Amino acid sequence: MTRAAAAAILSHWRRHPLQLATLIIGLALATGLWSAVQAINGEARASYARAAEQLGTSGADRLVPASGSIALSRYAALRRAGWTLAPVLEGTVRFGRQSFDIMGIDLLSHPLAANLADASDQDGAAPMDALLPPGRFFAHPDTAAELAAVQQQHPVTRTSALPRGVLVADLSLASRLLRQPGTLSYLLILPGQTPDLAPLAQLAPELTRVAAKSAAADTARLTDSFHLNLTAFGLLSFAVGLFIVQGAITLSLEQRRGLIRTLRGLGVPMQLLVGLFAAELAAVAVIAGAAGLAGGYLVAAALLPDVSATLAGLYGAPVDGSLSLRPGWVLSGLAMALGGTFLAGAKALFALWRMPLLAAPATRARGQQAGRSHLLSAAGGIACILAGTAVISIFQGLVAGFVFLGGLMLGAALLLPLLIATGLRLGARLARRPYAEWLWADTRAQLPGMSLALMALLLALATNIGVGTMVSSFRLTFVGWLDQRLASEVYVTARSDTQGAELAQWLGSKGVTVLPIRSSDVRFKGAPLRIYGVADDATYRQHWPLLDALPQIWDRVAAGEAVLINEQLARRYDLSPGGSFQLEPGWVLAIGGIYSDYGNPNGQAIVALDRLLARAPDVPNRQFGLRLPPQEVPDLIKSIRQRFEIPRENIIDQASLKARSLAVFDRTFVITAALNLLTLGVAAFAMLTSLLTLWSQRLPQLAPVWAMGLSRRQLAATEVLRSLMLAAITAVLALPLGLVLAWALLAVINVEAFGWKLPMHVFPGDWLRLFLLALLAAVVAAALPARRLSRLDPAELLKVFANER
Amino acid sequence: MNVRPVLALVFTAWASSAFPQGFAGLGSDAEGFAMPQRGQRLSFPQDHGPHPDFRIEWWYLTANLEGADGRDYGIQWTLFRSALAPGEGDGWQSPQVWMAHAAVTASDQHLFAERIARGGIGQAGVTSQPFMAWIDNWQMASAQDNLENLTLTAAGESFSYDLLLSADGPLVLHGEDGYSVKSAGGQASYYYSQPHYQVSGTVTLPGGAVEVTGHGWLDREWSSQPLAEDQSGWDWFSLSFESGAKLMGFVLRAESGDFTSGTWISADGTAEPLEPGAFQADPLDYTMVEGRSIPTRWRAALPGKSVSVEVEALNPQSWMGTSFPYWEGPVTVTGSHSGTGYLEMTGYE
Amino acid sequence: MVLKIRNVTKSYPGQTADDAVLRGVSLDLAAGTSLALTGDSGSGKSTLLHLAGALDHFDSGEIEIGATQLSRLGDRQRAALRRQEVSLVFQQFNLIPSLTVRQNISLHARLGGRWDAVWGQQLADRLGLSGLLDRYPEQLSGGQQQRVAIGRALALRPKLLLADEPTGNLDETASAAVMELMLELVRESGAALFLVTHSSAIAQMLDRQLHLKHGKAA
Repeated sequence: MTRAAAAAILSHWRRHPLQLATLIIGLALATGLWSAVQAINGEARASYARAAEQLGTSGADRLVPASGSIALSRYAALRRAGWTLAPVLEGTVRFGRQSFDIMGIDLLSHPLAANLADASDQDGAAPMDALLPPGRFFAHPDTAAELAAVQQQHPVTRTSALPRGVLVADLSLASRLLRQPGTLSYLLILPGQTPDLAPLAQLAPELTRVAAKSAAADTARLTDSFHLNLTAFGLLSFAVGLFIVQGAITLSLEQRRGLIRTLRGLGVPMQLLVGLFAAELAAVAVIAGAAGLAGGYLVAAALLPDVSATLAGLYGAPVDGSLSLRPGWVLSGLAMALGGTFLAGAKALFALWRMPLLAAPATRARGQQAGRSHLLSAAGGIACILAGTAVISIFQGLVAGFVFLGGLMLGAALLLPLLIATGLRLGARLARRPYAEWLWADTRAQLPGMSLALMALLLALATNIGVGTMVSSFRLTFVGWLDQRLASEVYVTARSDTQGAELAQWLGSKGVTVLPIRSSDVRFKGAPLRIYGVADDATYRQHWPLLDALPQIWDRVAAGEAVLINEQLARRYDLSPGGSFQLEPGWVLAIGGIYSDYGNPNGQAIVALDRLLARAPDVPNRQFGLRLPPQEVPDLIKSIRQRFEIPRENIIDQASLKARSLAVFDRTFVITAALNLLTLGVAAFAMLTSLLTLWSQRLPQLAPVWAMGLSRRQLAATEVLRSLMLAAITAVLALPLGLVLAWALLAVINVEAFGWKLPMHVFPGDWLRLFLLALLAAVVAAALPARRLSRLDPAELLKVFANER
Repeated sequence: MNVRPVLALVFTAWASSAFPQGFAGLGSDAEGFAMPQRGQRLSFPQDHGPHPDFRIEWWYLTANLEGADGRDYGIQWTLFRSALAPGEGDGWQSPQVWMAHAAVTASDQHLFAERIARGGIGQAGVTSQPFMAWIDNWQMASAQDNLENLTLTAAGESFSYDLLLSADGPLVLHGEDGYSVKSAGGQASYYYSQPHYQVSGTVTLPGGAVEVTGHGWLDREWSSQPLAEDQSGWDWFSLSFESGAKLMGFVLRAESGDFTSGTWISADGTAEPLEPGAFQADPLDYTMVEGRSIPTRWRAALPGKSVSVEVEALNPQSWMGTSFPYWEGPVTVTGSHSGTGYLEMTGYE
Repeated sequence: MVLKIRNVTKSYPGQTADDAVLRGVSLDLAAGTSLALTGDSGSGKSTLLHLAGALDHFDSGEIEIGATQLSRLGDRQRAALRRQEVSLVFQQFNLIPSLTVRQNISLHARLGGRWDAVWGQQLADRLGLSGLLDRYPEQLSGGQQQRVAIGRALALRPKLLLADEPTGNLDETASAAVMELMLELVRESGAALFLVTHSSAIAQMLDRQLHLKHGKAA
């Protein structure tokens, strides 16, 4: 019996291959976009973890200085107090034109040493030669190749056990190259400490213990918001895809009502039928899920290079550009497909379960019948919006922001049918001609079948408007900010402090205003903080992008009374002008102002240069901003090059620097734009599938009109017109939703994710473009059904009038 | 320790024959390193301190103790210095590497720990005026410029000790005034001892702290070339007899024939270097330790002094599973003379 | 003549000339007269009706409505002809479910540009639909729905009214009442009525009868 019943149920698809294709493609799209995002996130997270592990920092807690660096004598003292620690000195070294991050470790105590020793053995190097001059580098083969191209002095051991982009060396070499013989960056606290040692807080109160998890999670902390953004996008695509799936499942069950009734009449129990349908859905989910995973993998592989560029540019987080296949990812993708399918099919299956044995087939025709369900769905929508609003007004944080957005979007989608129906009713009132009257009424009648697709379109359009507005606002603000921030005509980086001093003197003698860019890296509440010292110069007074400041702020800064902090820092710790700020133990200044500092994940502060030098006399003096008349820039650059041995790329004029910054910015949002477009594509596909699935139900309604003298061509045009009308109304409704979304992204999500708030700018031109795009999507979606209609054999229409059912 | 593979190479070169030619060429030629010279007089307190021009050096203290609980204990405290290149440098540029081993042995347990440190940065080192040897929080220190009175501390994850040592006898110079020959081919080291310590203090074990008293023995030795190429390891005995006399004897095992030597120290502290071959030691019993068969009961004899004794490990499992592994533990002596002592055995594969 | 059918043949794909659904049928229908077409299932009577309504194409012969030869018309002109000259009443009523009764009645006439509100109101009154004008088809009984369909067809004042088993979905009593009303209104409107039925009782109510057998007039 089971086999016969299954065969009967499945025979449906043989007659409706397009419906089957819709179901599978819809589900594959949903799973695909979701899995793509997950694959990207997974790869990025794995990269962070791998890098942390490869640098031996995954298991051990760290001791970090509250400010500056750790004195070597402090390390020795802690050692002599019994703490087994591994010292690390980090910095950047330059060989020729290229700089490298270097991590200096004690090869006798660092957890990495064993791996490196093995690699060194395989190289055939003498043991411990890394501790003796000239020293030895350890690097990933790729990095080693780059290094070999610019220096031969120090032998390099290649080992893929290290992440790309970092050179590891014994402290003997690293401290020599970094010219820091007496300082360390941080200390790893090794496992297996002697019990009953004096506590670290007592021995070294100026050092902060950072838990292993949070040390490794430094990158994760910065990038979490980025990944949450991606996940939200993935979930949105998934939801949009499920709309398609839901439509297809409902239709396929609806069309098989007669069949189901017959089978039940023939004695097939309902339980078996529901089981068979569930099995059918599961099979579809697995097939479509697998297809989606394959597609998602390709999408992820295509997007990953941009994502890794973004993460590197924005957060300095290393992500390999290659994608690996993780079993967990495959399983979760399939689970999503199965879960999504049953979520989408639950209502239809439940309806099937409740279906009485004898009842007239459902006629889905009249808009009025749907009126009540529109009201119900609208009520649910309002509840969603209210709930989201309640969450954001009570809770704070990124998750609350996304809950608000989720509530808003879902609520708006649920409100959509009622709004469109109302709009159509209003339109019908305006209609004077019978054709128009019929068109409005018929469109309204078609709404229940279209509303899911329209919801998908609404979400896609609103997301496009919202994210587009966010990105464009950000870009506009960023460009303005760059103009202010990059006020100097030329930026030069000398190769050494000595050269820097010579350069500054020489430039001064030529009448060029030299603004030293000197900074000291410290820790504020465990997180990195960079303190810049600035000279008192009109450039800062005129150009620095202050968001909020006390009067005479620059006088106060110059007098050493006040500190300027960046917006991120102010928001993270709820600081405002007039408050006080502890830069280092014993160095507290009034907060004089807050400045915008886009694209920087970390805290930053500005003090008078002489005050910084008084605290940290040995901060490097190699970077300078130069003020001079713009027309003299090319000559100056040329003469600096002639006189000083400074690599070409170390002298950058303002325009190039801006261009470079903007390029990084634009690359950051490539993935956003790509996901935007894909979501819109999915929505267009949802419309197409809705129109196609409504096809067979449409004929009985079209045939009489045709019989009354509307040609098939006119009917086809009507189909397109109807689709346009629905898309247009949806697009109009999407605009306010998109703007609310943009506001939420700029004022809530951005603040949480990056630490800065951005002014919102509106771009009506973009809206028009998007409106046209929505209409285009509507035309494309309606084109296929319309074409079919215009070429339809009259016999098909005549069947409607056939007397024999 | 993760650095084990690296360090093993540095220290095993002279401690066993696993690398007979030595990765740094220890067995043959000393590149730039100072060599022990016959007739060179030792000079104190300077020679209590380090000799960075020599490749290797150690401060090696062992003690046989009796606890207030009536049980026998042994402790070891060793600081090794190994130079990757001769001489000293500033900070991280120093070529000196330090390693220390500490152990506590009872008949039923043997606990040990290892520390490794860079020279030049203050984490480890030795000064002679006043005398102090340290690595991390382990140290052997005096308030004076000599080795008469020392405090000794060390701690591992599961044990620690804190002891006072006071010498009631003179330093003993081995060989010819401290020039100690180590092979028939003439390999030699500088070698002196302070074998006359009275020891008291506390040993803390997982079961709790124990007050202990006993006697201890400090060895000081440095060289650049301690082993002949074919020597595979050694068995080293330091025995204290109830008569007050002491015997230091070692066997350097080699394919070409074992080389033995040692020093007889009379109850009054007078030292007599032994002729090569005068000291005899033969294994009586073997014990499986860490997968190797190791002699843990010996017949030791010095016919010239009518010594013929049985030397038996207090705990046959006194295995030092450190970067370079070896056997080291307290022994009891019976036979013609009775007493206690320490036995070190290296090079058993 | 409102309707002139000359030697029309029609076959569906896969049919040979011998088993074609229509194998040379001819008839004439003058204004103000009525003709009942009877025959067994499959005799081709619905097909002939569809051809007369310019809903389908024939293979050979000619059909004229008024002076218009259908064989010469393109899609657009055929649609225009249906819009303005021909009305249909079907067994399934085929009302537009999304429109009210009022809109359904007026739809065809307004599409054809011949809506006469007075005539429409008269029709509604006569058909007993005046109280139901704002309802939707689904809210009506079968008899009421068919009266709406008749109203829609006649509101156009068509030259030719085609009816395919108009009472086939109604019980006997309702059927007779609807037929009588329809014939009365047809007479008043001056249209020619071409009606397909399998019921000889209904056929007898019309002016003339034609029996179709195997695609030919019998």
